[in-house]
Amino acid sequence: MNLCALTFLIVIDAVVVGMDMLIKKYGQTNKGKKRLCLLTNAASPTKDPYDGTKEDQVNTIAEQMRAHGMKMDCIVVRVTQDLDVDKKILEENDYLLNAFSYKSSTKTVHVDSPTSLLGALRTRNISPVTIYRGDFEMSSKMKIKVWVYKKTSEEKFPTLKKYSDKAPPTDNFATHEIKVDYEYKSIEDPNKSVPPEQRIKGYRYGPQVVPISSAELEAFKFKPEKSVKLLGFTDDSNIMRHYYMRDVNIFIAEPGNTKAIVAVSALARALKEMNKVAIVRCVWRQGQGNAVVGVLTPNVSDKHHIPDSFYFNVLPFAEDIREFQFPSFSNLPSSMQPNEQQQEAADKLVQMLDLAPTGKEVLRPDLTPNPVLERFYHCLEVKSKQQDAAVPPLDETLRKITEPDPELISQNKAVIDEFHRCFELKENPKLKKSSRRLLKEKPTGSNEEGLGSGAVQAIDAIEYTSRVKVEKIGDLDPVQDFEAMMSRRDGTEWVNKAIQDMKNKIFDMVENSFEGDTYHKALECLVALRKGCILEQEPKQFNDFLHHLVKFCQEKDLKSFGEYLASHEITLISKKEAPDSEISEEDAKSFIVKREPKAEN
Amino acid sequence: MDIDPDDVFRDDEDPENELFQERDSTKEMLVYLVDASPKMFSTTCPSEDQKDVTHFQVAVSCIAQSLRTQIINRSYDEVAICFFNTRERKNLQDSNNVYVFNVPEREELDRPTARLIKEFDSIEESFSKEIGSKYGILPGSRDNSLYNALWVAQALLRKGSAKTAEKRILLFTNEDDPFGNIKGMTKMDMTRTTLQRAKDAQDLGISIELLPLTRPDDEFNMSLFYADLLGLEGTNLTQFKALVGERFEDMKDQLRKRMFRKRKIRRLKFIITDAISIEVNTYALVRPTNPGTITWLDSVTNLPLKTDRSFICADTGALVQGTPKLFQTYKNESIMFSTDELSEIKRVSTGPLRLLGFKPLSCLKDYHNLKPSTFVFPSDECTLCSNFIFCIHFNLLAVFFAVAFYGSSTHPQLVALVAQEEIMSTSGQVEPPGMHMIYLPYSDDVRPVEELHTDTNAMAPRATDDQIKSASALVRRVDLKSFSVCQFANPALQRHYAVLQALALDEDEMPDVQDETLPDEEGMARPGVVKALEEFKLSVYGENYDEESDSIASGKTSDASKKRKAIADKATEESAKVDWSDLADKGELKELTVPKLKYYLTANGLSVSGKKEDLINRILTHLGK
Repeated sequence: MNLCALTFLIVIDAVVVGMDMLIKKYGQTNKGKKRLCLLTNAASPTKDPYDGTKEDQVNTIAEQMRAHGMKMDCIVVRVTQDLDVDKKILEENDYLLNAFSYKSSTKTVHVDSPTSLLGALRTRNISPVTIYRGDFEMSSKMKIKVWVYKKTSEEKFPTLKKYSDKAPPTDNFATHEIKVDYEYKSIEDPNKSVPPEQRIKGYRYGPQVVPISSAELEAFKFKPEKSVKLLGFTDDSNIMRHYYMRDVNIFIAEPGNTKAIVAVSALARALKEMNKVAIVRCVWRQGQGNAVVGVLTPNVSDKHHIPDSFYFNVLPFAEDIREFQFPSFSNLPSSMQPNEQQQEAADKLVQMLDLAPTGKEVLRPDLTPNPVLERFYHCLEVKSKQQDAAVPPLDETLRKITEPDPELISQNKAVIDEFHRCFELKENPKLKKSSRRLLKEKPTGSNEEGLGSGAVQAIDAIEYTSRVKVEKIGDLDPVQDFEAMMSRRDGTEWVNKAIQDMKNKIFDMVENSFEGDTYHKALECLVALRKGCILEQEPKQFNDFLHHLVKFCQEKDLKSFGEYLASHEITLISKKEAPDSEISEEDAKSFIVKREPKAEN
Repeated sequence: MDIDPDDVFRDDEDPENELFQERDSTKEMLVYLVDASPKMFSTTCPSEDQKDVTHFQVAVSCIAQSLRTQIINRSYDEVAICFFNTRERKNLQDSNNVYVFNVPEREELDRPTARLIKEFDSIEESFSKEIGSKYGILPGSRDNSLYNALWVAQALLRKGSAKTAEKRILLFTNEDDPFGNIKGMTKMDMTRTTLQRAKDAQDLGISIELLPLTRPDDEFNMSLFYADLLGLEGTNLTQFKALVGERFEDMKDQLRKRMFRKRKIRRLKFIITDAISIEVNTYALVRPTNPGTITWLDSVTNLPLKTDRSFICADTGALVQGTPKLFQTYKNESIMFSTDELSEIKRVSTGPLRLLGFKPLSCLKDYHNLKPSTFVFPSDECTLCSNFIFCIHFNLLAVFFAVAFYGSSTHPQLVALVAQEEIMSTSGQVEPPGMHMIYLPYSDDVRPVEELHTDTNAMAPRATDDQIKSASALVRRVDLKSFSVCQFANPALQRHYAVLQALALDEDEMPDVQDETLPDEEGMARPGVVKALEEFKLSVYGENYDEESDSIASGKTSDASKKRKAIADKATEESAKVDWSDLADKGELKELTVPKLKYYLTANGLSVSGKKEDLINRILTHLGK
């Protein structure tokens, strides 16, 4: 039950209206699921109520909201530019909104960019479920009642169903779904299907596959008791950040149990003061096949109504760590070490690309939406209106997540240029080689990168303008595309494809010309094609094409193009130019001339 | 954290897989060449329990350990174990003083089997009887056991082409001058032929690595012989440090680290600015190990089964051929997507790894984590890359981290690049220098749990300074000083493989695996700890806690139980109003409404689920009719 109040003027009234709507529709039901979402810039003056103060009014409303079990997400949008509004009003409004948070279940978030706004709007609210409720055993005698929830959990890309078009179109109740059926067949006789009860699980152990029945598996399985036990405390520097293995859980004291809350609070604050962490062993459920060892880090709350808690991260076991040796940075030869200038340029780059200047952090994970999901939902909406619509391009707001902020870059152009200068000077042949190799590798193997032609083109266009990877001839600059394609060295098929594409392009141009407006371009293309065919030893391709083209022009009454060609002395490729050609030099020269009179006949 | 092997219906495009698989198709062929000369048995180093351990034991236990790891992680790699300076001889060339250790049903260079591991575990007992130790290079004889050993190892590695397999010889020895006791021409001659033999092997694409064992007071002098054998010169030689182990554990650690070859996951282009990009390699240093995939077998023949997957139309039951389109229901409509369109949607970035900016480390919260991190190290070939990484690395240490966008095909995501300084200990490199890529969550992935149970009216209870002080005292008491993340073995995995090994070898008795993750009861029972715990308990819970906890617990349950009781009472009351037996006899139960039927069921403690018919049947059964 979400309601978005999109108003900027009469915030308090809007909240009242919103509440009213929810109450009318759902009444006393759905307690705790009713949610108001207030979007405001909180920059306009609020009007004084008929009786009492604004504060009283807020209190009454908050009271009502609590009584109805309503929650409110308040998103205050303030882009830095509109700071010219009255500071006093801002302060008053902030004060009123804060009053809301204290008195009711309201969460206030300040955002300063469209990207953060998208991230702050929680469209899908998952009601969290505990993964563990019970004792946190510090010893057999000292226990604290805790509840454990997931703090982060990846929001997966929706799993799409497979579509079947087998159902008759008249069947309105058809689900169009596809069921996946697995059948197990013996290797000896592929026609014999093995029933499920005759199947047995086998685990690999070296070259052997060891069969284990589920009964055996159950009997010998590791079966720890459900519990959360303290192993000890240690310095937080002993636990490197990169050892965190999975999504994060949160330990909160049992709600309502004051003593437990105090115990958690005391421990969390003590750990925080001493820079220590707790190591715990957890088995969340009875019958779970494994225990995990993890680290509790204190999460000391700075809001007075939120109790202290712990974050829990899973740590790796001995088997999970691979100890590779890497060369030490200090031992490397001095040619590999940066010089002073480079160090300085890099220092400046770090300063300039600071994403959290004066405490205003951009791209906060908590306020950054998943661009893939956003794009998918956008695409769904577009497609629901028009089934065959193409995938819309990535929204400008979302692009801010995947690419550096262009504004930040342009503001600091000087620093970047200096940085380029320092690092480009030292370019060596080795680097060139390796970067070329990287380019070459892409089209062939690396599917895992999933970068289709488009993306590759985009990156390469930025850095390797000379080596753009062209896969088809576009309208903008066909000659350049053609040349790029002809010079591709990552496959023999590109030459043929380029020639074929170019021929089609020329045909299109000639055919679609209006009073010869495209002749010039077509001629340029033809010249390029001719040159390319000579270089690649494909004279026949060109000669055949020119014959064909001229004939086509005569048939289609496009004589003007033939004349145009003649006037620019386009000839067949002769033996002299390319040994493979079967045309002598004179024949080549006389080609157009010979044709023309005929056409006039 | 549950390991669920029954996972055949896993989503086809399970994204996790991408992360956990290493795409390195080449297999490794490895010959362990162990010096078994009497010197290996006479040199010792102290182990943890104060017993002296010989160098030979160090080498053997390391190999045993790596075999175990290998059979789990990389069972396709092939190994051979070969001793030299032995009394007996056993090898294809019939060379003196070389013994190739093997077990039945296995070629000499083959994948490790359960049997190999088991028998190798007991090699120390059987060694002196079956293989025996004896110096192979003696004055007066022309035998050259080192030459023979290299020759045998090279012959073992003959199979498989150098292109598809990586071939290595790992040489364990503590003798820095193998021809030291030989003089004159013979020595020169022997040295020359041995070096030539090593060079021949290297020319065939076999790399020879030396794992020298020494004691601190008796340094392994590389320049006497082995520098030439390995082709080390200048700086390489000075960098090559012998394994100087003061303690057995240190030595074992060092050996273990050197025995594994680094495998990179992939090479990435890291785009710094529009004009500059560098190449980095990524490595998986931390990944969860699981019991491996299951193969379905026919329980009669124990032969593997072939899985056939077929798509069946849910409406008509017809078989669907080819790759079907996908759809998502939206506004009561099916919106179709082709796989191309889906990958286009996921392609939100223009580069594999793109720098966005930098943030102070305080912005990286403990809950900003989703999956294991990936290690990033500059690729060897490019100076610029390392230059840049050095600069940034120096800059970032302990203060900043870089934010970048990682444009993978399945999971494009924001990542934090955290610089890591090299950490060395007596047993070598503990943490390599470089950057760790930490995958950051999106706002969609973070749940606001903290606010869930906030009492809006009241202040949340906070600990007082005294309470915090008693907690601090406790923390100081139960301090794990030398804690390291990898000190526990995964108990479930250990059990799984122990069972597997026992079954593979047809052993009757199931092994007992110790669970290392349980708390140290003994340590916790120390008077100091107990006292600190008591004080903390007293401080936060007060005097008579136990009674109170009970009352809280009963107070908690009373709400629910009261409600339940009220329902039961009402049901009994209502149910008493009806003469059930009479109605049942007349067949009039169906005239009653479902809620009324449920009163009877609730009053008699029966299940209230199912359709009306089920309810009636249940009542009739209960009435005995």
